[in-house]
Amino acid sequence: MQRILFGDNQFFGVNHMSEEKARAQSMRFQHTQAVIDVLDAAYAEGIRVFMCTTHERIAEVCDHVRANPARYDGFEFYPCMPYAHKYANAVTEHGMLEALKLFLPDDGAIGALLKGGLSVARKDIDGIGQLLIDAEMKMFAGLKTPVIFLQNVVTDLLLGLGFKQAFRVFADHVKAKYGAEPGFITMNMPMLLDVLEEVAIDNPIICSNINKIGFRMCGGIDLYEKTVATRRFRPVAMSVLASGAIKPKEALEYVCRQSKIESIVFGASSRANIRQTRELIELLSDPRAAA
Amino acid sequence: MIRAGLIGLGKMGISHQAILHPHPDVDLVSVCDASQYVLDILNKYTGVNTFSDYRKMIEESRLDCVVVATPSRFHGEMVRYALEHGLHVFCEKPFCLDLQEGQQLVELAAERKLVNQVGYHYRYVETFRQAYRLLQAGVVGQVHHVRAEAYGPVVLRPTGSTWRSNKSEGGGCLYDYASHALDLVNMLVGSPSAVSGAILNKVFSRNVEDEVYASLHFADGATGQLAANWSDESHRKMSTKVTVWGVNGRLAVDRQECQLYLRAPVSGAVELPQGWTVTYTTDLIEPVWFYLRGEEYSKQIDNFVQAVQGKSAQVLSTFASALETDQVIHAIIAGAEVNPIAVGTQPGGAESPAKRGLFGLRTKGRR
Repeated sequence: MQRILFGDNQFFGVNHMSEEKARAQSMRFQHTQAVIDVLDAAYAEGIRVFMCTTHERIAEVCDHVRANPARYDGFEFYPCMPYAHKYANAVTEHGMLEALKLFLPDDGAIGALLKGGLSVARKDIDGIGQLLIDAEMKMFAGLKTPVIFLQNVVTDLLLGLGFKQAFRVFADHVKAKYGAEPGFITMNMPMLLDVLEEVAIDNPIICSNINKIGFRMCGGIDLYEKTVATRRFRPVAMSVLASGAIKPKEALEYVCRQSKIESIVFGASSRANIRQTRELIELLSDPRAAA
Repeated sequence: MIRAGLIGLGKMGISHQAILHPHPDVDLVSVCDASQYVLDILNKYTGVNTFSDYRKMIEESRLDCVVVATPSRFHGEMVRYALEHGLHVFCEKPFCLDLQEGQQLVELAAERKLVNQVGYHYRYVETFRQAYRLLQAGVVGQVHHVRAEAYGPVVLRPTGSTWRSNKSEGGGCLYDYASHALDLVNMLVGSPSAVSGAILNKVFSRNVEDEVYASLHFADGATGQLAANWSDESHRKMSTKVTVWGVNGRLAVDRQECQLYLRAPVSGAVELPQGWTVTYTTDLIEPVWFYLRGEEYSKQIDNFVQAVQGKSAQVLSTFASALETDQVIHAIIAGAEVNPIAVGTQPGGAESPAKRGLFGLRTKGRR
């Protein structure tokens, strides 16, 4: 995994502090070119990973990168699936089972249709899960996706239900079909790690909020620090600034001090902010700086 | 450790299951749903006991409490059955489609001294708690107007085949969306005593309204406005906001922030300066034991569990407070049947002011 991962919340009007800021961002990024411009700035700053939801607009970014392979040499996507609102809204509109059928592939591939129908009828979670993963991955065809994440709403729903087998299905399928490493986004990192160990997912990649104020770190900040320091997994820190509640330097000092954290996700909308954050991470991650 | 059961495994039910199951003080013993398909999957992969008959579940599972998350038209009979069997009850919102039934259940729960809660989760959002504390302290002074808004992207096409698109089952924007905004009004400034100017409009739906507007009238002369629209795609997800105007300022609150403007500083129990004081959710939130989709969903369940264990004196959303919200909902439905006043009508006119309705408003569209 790369040290710095560029996130996408800012592009889709996600802000945990202010609806006005969120709306301003969604206006600014309503055209995909504006997203691409910021990604270009990130690329120019040496950032090579875009960690993004499988939002339908990301498909346009994928098309652009696919069309310009030379321009984006070495660029990787870490998809985070699924974009949950589309499922939640569909369940409200159509009910659970109809919504599920709606999202299984219907692109004319008769085999897939049959398999989907059979999987649904047999309550075969492996088959249904694989088809849903494939549907989400379609937009990344031909692009590099070395790590594929399960979004927190789904991870934590499965975790809460005790639907442990599903983590195994996800991990096995992304490895087998996409040659990718499975990652899990969660708001309940210590609890998830216990369960992933239980289903024998060794040294898992787990992305969770890790910030100085303990924002959305279920189990508490002390348990998070202890878990990061002492247990076998590959932590990725997100929401390190807690949506702007912590100043960048202070926020990154806290994260970089925990040497076992492998990667840091951050989002920004200007080249100046991207540079500032990258430089801070590099400076604070340098063992000489820590000494 | 309390033994819990869950009835109804739709979107809210599954969400409650995922929150109840990891709770350290809860043994989620059994779940119940009409869909054998969903039951089979949950039984096969999570091992929970499943029932397709809620009476059987309650009789056989030796439960302390039950969570009811079925379509609203079933709430009445299920909640009654659970209370009669001595179970504490958490019921999804809206509470009851029949006001009399709601009143009976409020009384039954009180008689049996059982914990009773309705899933108005916004009451547990920290920014709205903060607004409640500020308004209780009277920082904006005498309140003269409140605006409650709820917008979001639920029905965006002329389709829909679930109970949410059927009024008689408790569907529609009024029950689903506006109810949250109205419940917050009740919590923040008290329940209105009358409504007027009620509008229930269809945008895409055939059988239910997609937008709701109404004026609210409070006993002390304050007024309010409600605006709710679940066919608004400009919002990424449901967005609920309440703004309160008082003689000493204005308070606007949504789930992210609580913005307060004061004309004069406030001292006493709360010390606040003149001008803007903004509090963000990130300043207020305390971690919950398990997070699925917002702290408030976890907190309301935790509050219920603590109350069942006798550790918490009260819950923030009771049958009684939810019934008040149901009453406002019913008044809006009735109010929407009142004819509007035609443009061109002379104010005053032949009609003497004494004949006007409550609060000086005409209640019928007479020419």
